[in-house]
Amino acid sequence: MSATDTTTTPLTRKDFASDREVRWCPGCGDYAILATIQTLLAEVGARPESTVFVSGIGCSSRFPYYMDTFGLHTIHGRAPTIATGLATSRPDLDVWVVTGDGDGLSIGGNHLLHALRRNVNLNILLFNNEIYGLTKGQYSPTSPLGAVHKSTPMGSVDRPLNPVSLALGAEATFVARSIDADRKHLMETLTAAHAHRGTSFVEIYQNCVVFNDDAFIQVTGRDTKQHNQIRLTQGEPIVFGPDGEHAVVADADGSMSVVPTAEAGDRIVVHDATREDPTTAFALSRLAPTPDRPTPFGVFRDVDAPVYDDLVRDQVARATAAKDADLRALLDAGNVWDVA
Amino acid sequence: MSATTTGSTETGPDRDRVRLHDAVIRFAGDSGDGMQLTGDRFTTESGLAGNDLVTFPDYPAEIRAPAGTVAGVSSFQLHFSDHSIHTAGDAPDMLVAMNPAALMKHMGDLKPGGTLILNSDEFDERSLAKAGAVTDPREDGALVDFTVHEVGLTSLTLRALEEDVASGAITKKDAARCKNMLALGLVSFMFSRPTTGTEAWLREKFAAKPALADANVKALRAGFNYGDTTEAFTFTYEVGRAELPPGRYRTISGNQASAYGLVAAAQRAGLPLFLGSYPITPASDILHELAKLKHFGVTTFQAEDEIAAMGSAIGAAFGGALAVTTSSGPGIALKTEGIGLATMYELPVLVVNVQRGGPSTGLPTKTEQSDLLQALFSRNGEAPIPVVAAKSPGDAFDTMLEAARIALTYRTPVMILTDGYLANSAEPWRIPDVDTLPDLSAAFAFTTAPNGDDGEFLPFRRDPETLARPWGLPGTAGLEHRLGGLEKAPDTGDLSYDGANHHAMTVLRHERIARIGAQLPPLEVDDPSGDADVLVVGWGSTDGPIRAACHTLREDGRKVAHVQLRHLSPIHPDLEGIMRRYGTVILPENNMGQLAMLLRARTLIDIQAYNRVTGAPFLSSELVEVITRMAGAGLDGRGADARRDA
Repeated sequence: MSATDTTTTPLTRKDFASDREVRWCPGCGDYAILATIQTLLAEVGARPESTVFVSGIGCSSRFPYYMDTFGLHTIHGRAPTIATGLATSRPDLDVWVVTGDGDGLSIGGNHLLHALRRNVNLNILLFNNEIYGLTKGQYSPTSPLGAVHKSTPMGSVDRPLNPVSLALGAEATFVARSIDADRKHLMETLTAAHAHRGTSFVEIYQNCVVFNDDAFIQVTGRDTKQHNQIRLTQGEPIVFGPDGEHAVVADADGSMSVVPTAEAGDRIVVHDATREDPTTAFALSRLAPTPDRPTPFGVFRDVDAPVYDDLVRDQVARATAAKDADLRALLDAGNVWDVA
Repeated sequence: MSATTTGSTETGPDRDRVRLHDAVIRFAGDSGDGMQLTGDRFTTESGLAGNDLVTFPDYPAEIRAPAGTVAGVSSFQLHFSDHSIHTAGDAPDMLVAMNPAALMKHMGDLKPGGTLILNSDEFDERSLAKAGAVTDPREDGALVDFTVHEVGLTSLTLRALEEDVASGAITKKDAARCKNMLALGLVSFMFSRPTTGTEAWLREKFAAKPALADANVKALRAGFNYGDTTEAFTFTYEVGRAELPPGRYRTISGNQASAYGLVAAAQRAGLPLFLGSYPITPASDILHELAKLKHFGVTTFQAEDEIAAMGSAIGAAFGGALAVTTSSGPGIALKTEGIGLATMYELPVLVVNVQRGGPSTGLPTKTEQSDLLQALFSRNGEAPIPVVAAKSPGDAFDTMLEAARIALTYRTPVMILTDGYLANSAEPWRIPDVDTLPDLSAAFAFTTAPNGDDGEFLPFRRDPETLARPWGLPGTAGLEHRLGGLEKAPDTGDLSYDGANHHAMTVLRHERIARIGAQLPPLEVDDPSGDADVLVVGWGSTDGPIRAACHTLREDGRKVAHVQLRHLSPIHPDLEGIMRRYGTVILPENNMGQLAMLLRARTLIDIQAYNRVTGAPFLSSELVEVITRMAGAGLDGRGADARRDA
């Protein structure tokens, strides 16, 4: 964008697209996510100069190159750390982290955990394709048990992580799940994530056409999706299926399960993402440890909580207001003596 | 104590007062005995008395090593004098040993004829056994060379505080813990130091617990009075004021000076200071110090690990802060990938390494200079960065300003090397005039508008002189750009996998760093006679011992020159020419010869290395011996050569 633009000019999706040729594989789910975000930023009135995309390493992490905003393509797994330093020192910026299942949950798992529990003002998008794509096809921390890939010819024996469960375990203040194939749902979910102050975490199921095609076929397939997509709507009873014939109910032991709506009675869970306690959201996330059965989509948790970088800046502001930044007084303090 | 050779004795009405030029005292006791605090207080009193001084705290790596064992001994050595000194002293003149373990560990260091103050209350069979003493050193002849004062420090303290315990104001345990103040009072008396400063300090420290303040003050006074009234202490000592350059002084440790230097650098640059750090010995005090200075606009971020600390600093630098991360060797190892990224981003980030003994966890509380090659070469690929080192605790302040100048001027990460010795030692520091500190705001300007010919922003279009790239901050319309760790094309910073471009960029990254050297002021050589044929080269904290050794040699009529390096990358371009002027070049380092190897490789000069890594700094006497052995007749100077040739 040119320097003559002013902050009042309405922008379009194109204003957020860089002139760089997009080089994901043909048919990659990343294209849909990129287009959705470019559209979203234009629609919410974001400014390219105030928007920063920070990524790690992996296919998803090429994302910043395709945005005509500020961007940092960093090192493997470390995007949340760099984004935390930036967001903490610059309250005026809209900082996004783009990561993947390998980048965010394996090599960068520790940083993701701490960004989530601190509640730094970041939008974290985790593109989950259950595979390492850039390194050409090794199993990832979200690959299901038994997954046969290049480094697991006899099947993976690694127990997979559920990213939403992980984020809720860290008490992230905004946790959601969406999917590349559903632009409308993705747009709604990302818009809500962007509106949240604090860390918003969105897991996006993203199909890798080359190394792990159809990993999410149970929740995307024409025949299966209506029975396997549980759409979460704030304040509504959680029912799904072509005719709402399945219902999510709360069990006596604190877990949840799916039963025929007809048999559910008054046990149907009414979705409330604003509950302070993440326990029910966590139970919801455990309905489908992996997306090979009825799997919830939408916002699991959306609560207001103090934001890390606000608190840090507030301490600095209070200290600055209370005491002068007098370097001379700082140095010339304690037990001093004069030599003539 | 140099009383026998250069001091004088005054005979007073009660006892003799011996005037000394300098003295070395070591306080040693169990980790829980408060030896560091005792030493700190005596240091402050000595500074106020106008002495020059250098300290050397030495404490065990285990926070709670078994009480009474040699492993649990903590000590604090103070060298104070009426003249300029550069080291914490070699052998102590006086040792205060709070228990048998402290005695067993340190008695071998005490000078023959030295004074020993023992806490006799602690010398029972059990304590002796814990200290690993087969026989009682007081009775087996081990102490025959020393003037021994056995003082019941614990019982005297309990007696002095009898009423406080009886009245319930403090517990007996609290009372016993005041014995370090009794020892301090006694030593203060022996060295004619008033106790009023420490009394005021105690009242402030224990403001919330007046009963404890009272008890500590009573113990301090009891110790002083015990010395005054006991016949045993027939001599007291006095060390006069040192002739320091005029100015206002305070004592400062290396970590404190580092923190203040960073604050000063940020203020002189007009930037907010951002510190991302993860706790590690011996660097954590910089984090603690800066966390207290938020009113200077300082943000401190205690990260989840070293990697995150480095990452957060990169993010803050991208946002326009003066960004810093602080650590020690093992932490630096973890930051390495991030330092490489900052090298590719060409963003200013200061990386402080307070070196400690390595490898791996190594010797966390001991000093070493063995991370030099790590600082220079640990990144993957060809990733040169500037490296600077502090020479003394107070010099850490100036080193931070210099590091910030380089980082901001050339847009590069800079490694700053200090070490455990500098970090924890204190020395008198002439407080600088704030107005004379370098103006770092001239070193850079944020880019405000696109710099390309077609109105585009070229994030890698360089300043022709410094080769620095523009620093365009997010929030500035028209400067939207992407930075990455991948190889980049000139000007645009676009990805480039072209081999010839990669070669050119690699050469350019080296050239960027080399230019820093070309723009440095001339390198100063300390060669007062101008006739020396022997040059001692050092870097970092060896400055003190090398200077002291050279001073001793010169007093003895020998001729020796000294150059101490601050800039280690790039190496100062004057150094090679200087080294070539001398017949013998000696390089002592607290590592196995890292700088010596590098200089030999680059200059083919046959440098003689002297190396020791025992966790302690060099002694000046040790270096006198080393230089004498290595230089031989060379110490007679160049004139002698000419005379021989004739």
